[in-house]
Amino acid sequence: MYIQSAYAVSPQGSFNELLESSAQYRGDRLTCKEPDYSKYIDPKLIRRMSRIIKMGAAAAMECLQQANVSMPDVITTGTAYGCLADTDQFLTRMVEFKEELLSPTAFIQSTHNTVGAQIALMLKCHHYNNTYVHRGSSFEAALTDAIGLIGEGEAKTALVGGVDEIIEKSHAILSRFDLYKKDGDTANLIGDPGKGTMAGEGAAFFLLNSQREAGCLAKLEAFQNWYKPSVPVTTLVANFLKRHQVPAGSIDLLITGANGDARYNSLYEAVQQSVLSAVPAITYKQFCGEYPTSAAFALWMAAMIVSTGRVPGAAEPAAPKRVLVFNNYKQLYPSLYLLSAC
Amino acid sequence: MSKEQTVYIGGIGVISAIGNNVAENLDALVSGRAGMQAMQRLQSVHKDTLPVAEVALSNEALAARAGLPDTVSRTALLSAVAAKEAIADAGIECSKWRTGFISANSVGGMDKTEDFFPGFLEDAGSGDLKMVVNHECGAVTEVVADALGIKDFVTTISTACSSSANSIFLGARMIRQGVLDVVVAGGTDALTRFTLNGFNTLMILDQEYCQPFDENRRGLNLGEGAGYVVLVSEEVAATLSKKPFCALSGWCNANDAYHQTASSPTGTGSLLAMKGALKKSGLSPAAISYINLHGTGTQNNDIAEGTAIATLFEGNYPPMSSTKSFTGHTLGASGAIEAVYAVLAIREGLVFPSLRLQTPMKDLPFSVTTVLEKRQIDHVLSNSFGFGGNCSSLVFSRAALNHL
Repeated sequence: MYIQSAYAVSPQGSFNELLESSAQYRGDRLTCKEPDYSKYIDPKLIRRMSRIIKMGAAAAMECLQQANVSMPDVITTGTAYGCLADTDQFLTRMVEFKEELLSPTAFIQSTHNTVGAQIALMLKCHHYNNTYVHRGSSFEAALTDAIGLIGEGEAKTALVGGVDEIIEKSHAILSRFDLYKKDGDTANLIGDPGKGTMAGEGAAFFLLNSQREAGCLAKLEAFQNWYKPSVPVTTLVANFLKRHQVPAGSIDLLITGANGDARYNSLYEAVQQSVLSAVPAITYKQFCGEYPTSAAFALWMAAMIVSTGRVPGAAEPAAPKRVLVFNNYKQLYPSLYLLSAC
Repeated sequence: MSKEQTVYIGGIGVISAIGNNVAENLDALVSGRAGMQAMQRLQSVHKDTLPVAEVALSNEALAARAGLPDTVSRTALLSAVAAKEAIADAGIECSKWRTGFISANSVGGMDKTEDFFPGFLEDAGSGDLKMVVNHECGAVTEVVADALGIKDFVTTISTACSSSANSIFLGARMIRQGVLDVVVAGGTDALTRFTLNGFNTLMILDQEYCQPFDENRRGLNLGEGAGYVVLVSEEVAATLSKKPFCALSGWCNANDAYHQTASSPTGTGSLLAMKGALKKSGLSPAAISYINLHGTGTQNNDIAEGTAIATLFEGNYPPMSSTKSFTGHTLGASGAIEAVYAVLAIREGLVFPSLRLQTPMKDLPFSVTTVLEKRQIDHVLSNSFGFGGNCSSLVFSRAALNHL
C-alpha cells in the first residue's frame, strides 16, 4: 500500500513553512490557515460551502492534482464532529425563530457525509463513497475501509481523508470539560507541567495506491488501531512490531500524539521508555492542536518526512527512512502507522 | 453465490413505530397496520400538522429494556433494545468470538443537544453537560457497544439515509477479510426537532400519511427506530443452535454525484448500486423475488428509483414495496430495519404490501404490491439511498447451511 500523494489544510501553511518556521499560536486553540480556494473550487460553490467543506474539498483536490488522478476508485472520509458550523447555524435559528422561517441550506450541509459527497459531486465520481463518524477513530475507520477495498481487489486508488473544524460554540462547550489550557503556547506546549492541551482542527487527504507509482510519497507498511483496549499500550506497540517483524531499532523516527496535557503524558512516555526507548521521537500536536482526527495530520507529516528526508522541529535525525506514528486520542483510541520511504 | 465464504444472518432485532421487537413488527406488516400518527412524544410547533411514526415506548421504558440510564440519548436506547434482541435471537455469546459492532445514525445525540441548546444560547455557561456528552454520532454507538461488551471493532457510519445499509455490508466484508467472526451491524435514529425542521424546510414532508410510488405522492413521513442483524462467518454459523437460513449475498455502494440532496432523474446512483449488488451476489435481475424499495414517498426519490428499476429489470418486474409506508422514513436506521424485513420476507415467504397506494405512477411500467402476498422468496434486493448521492443496495438470499 502506497501513499501516492497527501495534502493537509492545517494551522501550518505548508510543509515548507513547518520546516522553516512553524506557525505559533497562543491561547487555547490553533486555527487552520486556509488556502486560496479558487484554485480548487468553483467560485459559486465557495460562497455556499461552509469552512469544513471548503477545507476538506481543497485538501482532496490538491491531493488528487498532485497524484494526477482525476477519478479515485474509492472516497472515504472520517469526521468526529461533522459539519459543526452548519449544524450550529440550523440549530440556533431553529431555537431563535421557534421552528419557523428556516432555510434549508444549513440543514442540507449539516449532514455528516457532506464533505465526501461534495468531493464526489465536484469530481462527478460515482464510485464507492463512505463516511465514518466514530470519535477518535473516525479517520482510522475511513482508512481501514479503503485499505480493505484495495485488499479485496475492488479498488486500486482510494482518496481517504480526516476532517474536523472548531466553531465558537463547540469550543465553548468542550472548554467546559476542562480540556484546554487557558494560556497555552505552542512554543512550549509539549512538556508543559500543567493540565489541558490546545484545541486544533484540520483537513488532511491521502491518495492511496495499491501500486508504487512515480512520485509516490511513502509506503504505508502497516496500520492498526484499537477501541478501548484492555492491555497496556506498550504491549500493543510491542505486538504490532512483532507481528510485522519490525525491530524497534529499524525505526528511524517516532512521532507521538503527546498533547501537552500533563495528566496523560505518562502514557506516551511509557512507550518511549520501553519498547521504543532507543528511537528518536518528535511530537506533532504543537503544530495542529488536539482534535479527534489529528492522526490524519500526523500521517501527512510522516509521509512528507520520509519523502523529503526533512524533519520539522529542533532535534533532527538524518533523513529518516522508516517512521512510526503513535497517537492515543483521549487514551481510548490508540493507533499506529508505520511508513517507509519508497 | 460467489466462491468467497458465505456470511450468514445469525439473528435479527428491530424496534420501530410498528413494534418494539421482531414479532410485533412482523405482525404489523402482515396485518397492514401503519405506525404514523399525530406527534405524541416529540415536542414541536409542527405537532398538529406533521404526522410522524414514533416508537411507542417512552425513554424510561426503553431504558428499562436496554438496561441503560434513561438520561442517555433516545438514539442509543433504541439501538440497545434492537441490538440486544438481535444477539439474543442469534443465541450467540459475543465474547467467545472476534466480534464487531458497526452502527449508523444520522444525528447522534441531537435529541439531547437540542434540549440543551436554548439555555446554552442564553448563557454559554449554563446547561447540564451530561446532555451533550453523547452528541457525537460515535458516542451513541459507544454507549451500546460498551453495554454489549463488544470491543474488537467498533465504528459508526453516517451517510444520511443509506447509513445502516453501509454498516451491514462493512460487517460482511470484515468477516470475509477474516478480521472478525461476528458483527452486530445496523443503525438507529430517534426523531428530533432538528431533523423534522430540516426536512420541513426542504418541503418534502407529507402532512398526510405518505403514499410511496403513488402518482400523487406528496412526500415522506419521518419515523424513528433501530434495526440490527448479527452477521456470522461459516465457522460461527455451524455452532449456532438455531441454524441460519439466510445470507447477505450482495452489496454495492455507489454515488449519484448529481446534487447534494436530490437524486438524478435517471437514478444513476440507484442503478449503479442495484447493478453492483446483483453482480456481487452473482444473480441476474430475474432471480430477485422481492425488492424492498427505498420508496420514501417524495416526488424525486420515487421517480429516480423507479426509473433505475425500470432500466435494470426491464420487462420482468419482481414484486416490490416500500415498508416506509408502515414505519415512516427512519433515516440512519432505515437500511437496517428494512434488512430485518428482507430476512423476514425470506423466512415467512411474504411480500409485504405498500400501504395507501391509490394511483400507480404514470411514468413507470410497473406498480408496487398493495396486498400481502404469500410466495417463495429466495432473494431480496433492499435499497437505501441518501443525501450526498449515497446509494447502497443489499441482496439477502436464502442460504441453507447444507454443507455443514
